[in-house]
Amino acid sequence: MVDALLALVTDFTARNVVLGAGVLGILCGAVGSFAVLRRQSLLGDMLAHAALPGIVLGFLATGTRSLPPLLAGALLSGAAWALLLQVIARRTRLKDDGATTLTLSLSFALGLALLAFATQRGDARYAGLDSFLFGQAASLLPADVTLLVVVASVVIGLMALAWKELALVTFDRAYARTAGVSVVAIESALTVALALAVVVGLQLVGVVLMTALVVAPAVAARQWTDRLGHMVMVAAAIGASSAIVGAAVSASVRGMATGPVIVLVASFAAFASLAFAPRRGLVWASRRRRRRES
Amino acid sequence: MSPATDVVHGADVAVHVEDLTVRYREAPALWDVDVDVPHGVLAGIVGPNGAGKSTLLKSIVGLLTPSAGHVRVFGRPFREVRRRVAYVPQRSAVDWDFPTTVHDVVMMGRYAHLGWFRRPGATERRMAHAALERLGLDDLSGRQIGELSGGQQQRVFLARALVQDADLYLMDEPLAGVDAPTERSIIAIWHELRAQGKTVVVVHHDLQTVSSTFDWLALVNVRLVAAGPVAAVFTAEHLRAAYGGQVALVSAESATPLAEPQAATPPTPSVPR
Repeated sequence: MVDALLALVTDFTARNVVLGAGVLGILCGAVGSFAVLRRQSLLGDMLAHAALPGIVLGFLATGTRSLPPLLAGALLSGAAWALLLQVIARRTRLKDDGATTLTLSLSFALGLALLAFATQRGDARYAGLDSFLFGQAASLLPADVTLLVVVASVVIGLMALAWKELALVTFDRAYARTAGVSVVAIESALTVALALAVVVGLQLVGVVLMTALVVAPAVAARQWTDRLGHMVMVAAAIGASSAIVGAAVSASVRGMATGPVIVLVASFAAFASLAFAPRRGLVWASRRRRRRES
Repeated sequence: MSPATDVVHGADVAVHVEDLTVRYREAPALWDVDVDVPHGVLAGIVGPNGAGKSTLLKSIVGLLTPSAGHVRVFGRPFREVRRRVAYVPQRSAVDWDFPTTVHDVVMMGRYAHLGWFRRPGATERRMAHAALERLGLDDLSGRQIGELSGGQQQRVFLARALVQDADLYLMDEPLAGVDAPTERSIIAIWHELRAQGKTVVVVHHDLQTVSSTFDWLALVNVRLVAAGPVAAVFTAEHLRAAYGGQVALVSAESATPLAEPQAATPPTPSVPR
């Protein structure tokens, strides 16, 4: 572990991976805070899984593993499935959670089938495509890191600019509308930001566990503060450290996928916070109850 | 705008509602309602549960799109005068576990005036502080909003509306779940606002306090039953029309107490919720 971290500082490729993971963690923590407060965690999960058919199709169409076309495919696919989800939720009697789970499983099944089709052709170019399932830090190229940095800067920069509108819409959407804030624009922007965060993280974390990096840091952060601004910053810090540790461990252990390690760390932070955070944690709450009863 | 429109939608009326019909899916929540709330009154909107009281308020501030009819505020569409209007939603409209403080929620009342990208500054903080003081919340300024009692939360919403410095205040059940002292302090603030020449419209459910609190009243049950000065509207006949057999007894304040429609149930002074 120490060796691995040491190697990260000295080795160029490793530094690249750490930078990418850190930036992704910050982005996911920030975007995830709003997703969790707006109860969109499940939508994030759906978007991540629905990206898989898009990735494979992007691959089949271009024949390269260069990231931009794959991510474009992922985004388009996510948008298409999200649209289908809306139609199901609005037009049928199925409730939101049922509709989301349905589109999630359907899109993911299609993605897996396409993936099997693409890889069984035995073409060497298709090797490694399945790393999008569980994430592979080692496959991160400098150009991919640049893309991550650009996306994260733009999203976080816009967030800072429209901060009070974001806070108002997330807290009290009806009141925000009467105050003249364009709720539709803000909510669409937040959903697009969620989709972007999920998609740019797929290479590192993988479609299966991607949402956890969005949700877990935000859940953990909420336990430690009662201010929205602080929550976003704490979530970004937890997201970044989880991603960095995950990337480091998976880079140093042969055959260890990156996604599960990142998610283990982030989820540990979430559960520990739910249990032990002062005032909001379970332990404190039950202690307070006991004191009141005695 | 044509001169004819100006005459019909004269600006001496604070809220003008014309032929308003609002539907949720199929069933109408409001049916062909016409109301004119004059300037400078403290108005109550009263009616049984599901009568469309909140729907009426939400239609005025553009949260619901009517299937027929229209609304004018100070003679204009709401979006043109929104800065002169403060809306207080029902307390249940938000998640009180949200990571924000009393002070921050009250500051939100200034956001409409600030516009995009501008941060609240010293002026806004001063206004927020003044509103918090007026509602006796200054000690709770830094608290997370979920730690407050129901009455305190209601006062936070009211403080947020006060910093808007509006001419028209629309409040949805602001006394729901509020203790007696808080109720008195909130009613006192309505009276202050009216004294300053503002118009206050309140969705209200406690029939007992109607005539001591309001000077103007709209009685609603999907359709408009009656609207006008309290003395003319708050009568046994109108109440029976609005509530049907639901009203067992109307407080002694009203001119003619209703006969009890069901002797078997003990008389309740207000409408059962």
